Amino acid sequence: MRHAAALRLSRLAEPLVEAIIRLCGWSAIFFVFAIFFFVFREGAPMLFGALDLGEFFTSVNWRPDSRIQAQYGVLALLAGTASVTALAMLLSVPAGLGAAIFVSEFCPPRVRETLKIVIELLAAIPSVVWGFIGYMVLNPVLIAVTGAPIGINILNGGIILALMSVPIIMSVGEDALKAVPDTYREAAIALGASRWQVVYKVLLPAAKNGLLAAALLGIGRSVGETMAVLMATGHAVQIPHSLLDPVRTLTATIAAELGETVEGGDHYRVLFVIGTLLMLMAFLVNLTADLVVKGVRGKQNG
Amino acid sequence: MVTDSVDPHIAFRNVSVSYGRKVALDRVTLEIPRHEIFGIIGPANSGKTTLLKCINRTIDFAPLARVDGQVLVGGEDVYQMANVFELRRRIGMVFPLPVGLPLSVYDNVAYAPRMAGLTRRDELDALVETCLRHAALWDEVKDRMQLLGTRLSGGQQQRLTIARALSHRPEILCLDEFSIAVDPVTTMKIEDVLLDLKQQMTIVLVTNLVQQARRLADRVAFLNNATLIEVGPTEHVFSEHPAERLTFDYVRGHFG
Repeated sequence: MRHAAALRLSRLAEPLVEAIIRLCGWSAIFFVFAIFFFVFREGAPMLFGALDLGEFFTSVNWRPDSRIQAQYGVLALLAGTASVTALAMLLSVPAGLGAAIFVSEFCPPRVRETLKIVIELLAAIPSVVWGFIGYMVLNPVLIAVTGAPIGINILNGGIILALMSVPIIMSVGEDALKAVPDTYREAAIALGASRWQVVYKVLLPAAKNGLLAAALLGIGRSVGETMAVLMATGHAVQIPHSLLDPVRTLTATIAAELGETVEGGDHYRVLFVIGTLLMLMAFLVNLTADLVVKGVRGKQNG
Repeated sequence: MVTDSVDPHIAFRNVSVSYGRKVALDRVTLEIPRHEIFGIIGPANSGKTTLLKCINRTIDFAPLARVDGQVLVGGEDVYQMANVFELRRRIGMVFPLPVGLPLSVYDNVAYAPRMAGLTRRDELDALVETCLRHAALWDEVKDRMQLLGTRLSGGQQQRLTIARALSHRPEILCLDEFSIAVDPVTTMKIEDVLLDLKQQMTIVLVTNLVQQARRLADRVAFLNNATLIEVGPTEHVFSEHPAERLTFDYVRGHFG
């Protein structure tokens, strides 16, 4: 009897649990679309109205407050985001993946735990603190070292962003390496491979999807980061010509200007168009990642 | 009991291994002669795999493992050797479950030779073919060399690992319960291969199939509970009167 009752209960409970899990899964998709929808809705009247898309993408003139003729060209802002992100990736992807390989494969177990805690602590530092470090610490250092008139520039923002991305890249990368079965290591070692040969010939190919994901998460973090770059890159709207030029990024523009705009005004709506653009960029990065990963897999099966 | 061989290929001198507090091998002494198939039988957890891992020192990677005593390969103490990678290249190892490295069939077999510096395509091709033929796999994969090794069937993957183990022309081939994931027909094929290979190398065969040891081995060691109970010629171990009563009970299936 008892058994039958338990069975009946599980017949009731199982669909319920399944429904809840299903809801969790669908809600993620729902929220992404909802965010996109609301951002897009605020920007849409301008996007399909007064905004000249040709000017928007090709003009370096960002003069939203001009009394004579407001100009909304984001080319300089795009260049700012691209340059800072590119520099940050150049620094953080090798460092992050290197750290992941070291922690996962070469590090003595006791050091590993300490190192992981410290690096993960790095990830927990609020971005405004990173911005503060860029502004107060790195700024004078860069002036002294490079002789630039101001030390808040691409180099500063890139370094700060790289420091922020390394913990993410390392921790996702390490998970990817840890997910490679130990039997692979054993087999390669038994064939006489040195530790570095095991990493290079076996672990990196086996974990490459995960490592790619790690790098792309780092890029995502860099593109989306706002507060730190707002403080560390100098906030000057211009096409940069060297690493020592200050720039302004898309995200920093939204953060700095949204509070000053009239709700529903042109400037306000253009900022939401920029928000839509940022979301599209994030979507493109993720899509590319998926395609690359699938492409790699498809080729191997062939 | 010590074998009568003058020049053993592998020798264990009073070898004990423990993982933390757990003793995996307790003062084992035995000798493995050249060009023989040496069977190691015993119930689960009796120390068979540990014994294999001592030969190529992959035991070094087991957490907390502590090895006492001497393991000699070709008369040389493996812990005195300057280059442990060199030692491992002299020994082929086949694991219980096939481990296809995440590479193509071809690259799986060419992996070790390439590490050793072989780059000429024609030499590699010839070597890969020889190894795959030795492992009785060539006919099944010769048209699919670029297929990912992990996409072969279980039995094929196991033969692939044997081909790979042969690729660096080892003088010793160690097999750890190779037939667990392999169907009986493939097992018989591999057994024939091993009997062939005996001409070229010493084979150490850990098996939980008592009859497999009886079919293949020239000499058998029986391990139980980390202790070497008996070692001797196969016909003696499987006779009506082995040296130890425990051996008799085990090979007749009374326990284990």
